[in-house]
Amino acid sequence: MDFFISLFSDPIGFWSSHSLLIGQIGINGIIATSMFLVLYSGQLSLAAPGFMAIGAYTTVLMSNHWHTPGVLNTVVAALLAGVLGLLVGLPVLRLRGVFLAIATIGFIEALRLGVILNVPFTGEGLGLSNTTGADPLGGINIILLSLIAVVFVIWRLTKGRLGNAWAAIRQDELAALSQGIHVARYKMIAFVMSALIAGYAGALESRLLFNIDPGDAQYGVTRAVQVLTFAVLGGSGFVLGPVVGALIVTLLPYIFGGAGPYINIVAGIFLIAVIIFRPQGIVGRGGLAIVRPSWWPRARVSAPSTE
Amino acid sequence: MGQQILNAIFIGSIYALFAVGYTLVFGVLDILNLAHSAVFMLGAAVTYSLVVNYEQSFWVACIGGILASALMGLVIEHVCLRPLRRRHAPPIAALISPIGLALVIVAAVEQGKPGSLAGWLWKDGANSVAFPPGAIPNPTWHVGDITLEASKVAIIPIAIALMLLLGYVIRYTQVGRGLRAVAENARAARLMGLDVDRMISLTLVISSALGGLAGILFGVALSDISPYIGRDAVEVRGLAIIVLGGMGSVAGAVLGGYLLAMIELLAFVAAGSSARNGIAFAALFLMLVLRPQGLFGTRLRERI
Repeated sequence: MDFFISLFSDPIGFWSSHSLLIGQIGINGIIATSMFLVLYSGQLSLAAPGFMAIGAYTTVLMSNHWHTPGVLNTVVAALLAGVLGLLVGLPVLRLRGVFLAIATIGFIEALRLGVILNVPFTGEGLGLSNTTGADPLGGINIILLSLIAVVFVIWRLTKGRLGNAWAAIRQDELAALSQGIHVARYKMIAFVMSALIAGYAGALESRLLFNIDPGDAQYGVTRAVQVLTFAVLGGSGFVLGPVVGALIVTLLPYIFGGAGPYINIVAGIFLIAVIIFRPQGIVGRGGLAIVRPSWWPRARVSAPSTE
Repeated sequence: MGQQILNAIFIGSIYALFAVGYTLVFGVLDILNLAHSAVFMLGAAVTYSLVVNYEQSFWVACIGGILASALMGLVIEHVCLRPLRRRHAPPIAALISPIGLALVIVAAVEQGKPGSLAGWLWKDGANSVAFPPGAIPNPTWHVGDITLEASKVAIIPIAIALMLLLGYVIRYTQVGRGLRAVAENARAARLMGLDVDRMISLTLVISSALGGLAGILFGVALSDISPYIGRDAVEVRGLAIIVLGGMGSVAGAVLGGYLLAMIELLAFVAAGSSARNGIAFAALFLMLVLRPQGLFGTRLRERI
């Protein structure tokens, strides 16, 4: 609880003493937005950690070998992730639902265990030292500004023509196709944009780390499941949902700080409770109602799904 | 080489047993039960705990481990899945709630130290342990340059017999007909007077008992029991196997388990241990791209 009291009693001190945590929340928010984009267009893709790895390794390799400025590295990293997104998307986007999820898990694990662990210049299992590029304190403002910019852009897109097409595809792909929506193209746009954003988030995240390594919690399935949790917990019907999910999940160790070593038990129970009482996500239809009284007019929960 | 092929068959049997439970739940419910790898770990952990901390004989401990896993299957259904079905929740929600339960199970075992809240369940924290020598009857034979340990050799007939039994139950018995009816169309099955909730509970109990048994066999054969064996050994491989065999197909999962073990062996021989996992996942990726219905599947389901 001290954590939250200090947020209000001493905001400036809070900011400087928890800057790394704030940075991590910002990064997770950006990745959650990347996840939102694929879910919003009806694709259950878990490829984000793979693109993050591409972004992070590109940034660190460029700054270590060529000593190029961080801005250039970040841009190149994001673009490279986008290009890879296009290459991966071409064969993979024919798949739907859980098949797409498993195929993208195959992609991230093949990248992490097959490529990164075996190519000499990635430092293999030990990872890469990032002493030249890391800037944990200076990176926070850029991260938070990026989060706001990314969320704003995606929010505008979902309100426009593109967003309508995505929503139509998510609700019924066949109907969208019969209305003349180029389903494959719009899905690819969402997938590539999501890869771009994930690559950008990976590049930004590498600035918080003095050493990047191909750990499971960093670029593997564990991370992918965590990002999916952000999106589903927060609600994938509105841009801010996944960001709220990222905020809550990242803060869980602080919210339940009193649980001590049993934090994961409490966090797991919390996760189940939220999903059961608000299956449409925290930010979703139904206002703030947690449990409806039985006499309340019932509406079917209709959250966007990737069905 | 002969020894390696034999080992691949042992580990393939464990993969198959694990994946059969996974695919059974997917076939009936169209849901990936992401808590299955935690149940796998729980089976091994409970059995180890009964043998070492409660000084039971191995056979009693095995039954205890399988019962604990089956019970966890009921918990998955009643806590994570049934409330969501009642609320007509979007299918993606049912992917996340078992993840929460898996987090709880793994954390409970992980925090099990003497004197802690979960100390009655597990005493070794996050450490990896093995059954003490002598706890398991384990005669060993030598044939040529191949070593046959009973604890490993026994896995093959156990796995095959159980899978044949499951196949028989699903195909020829009244219960099996009920399961297939629910898998085909839960709504129609309910209209025909089937108790759908009970069938789904039964599916999760069978699936989790098989998963727990796979965990026990893994712990016995590989001498490695820790809170993380589910996550590290079978979580993602299980997905690969059910894709290889065709989602929802029990026979496919069995063959997929042996196939994945063979692919890993070939990758190990060809490229060394560090490339093994990468090649297995690259194979999975290619498989999904080229033949998404799996090697033995005939039709493609598109639901979660």
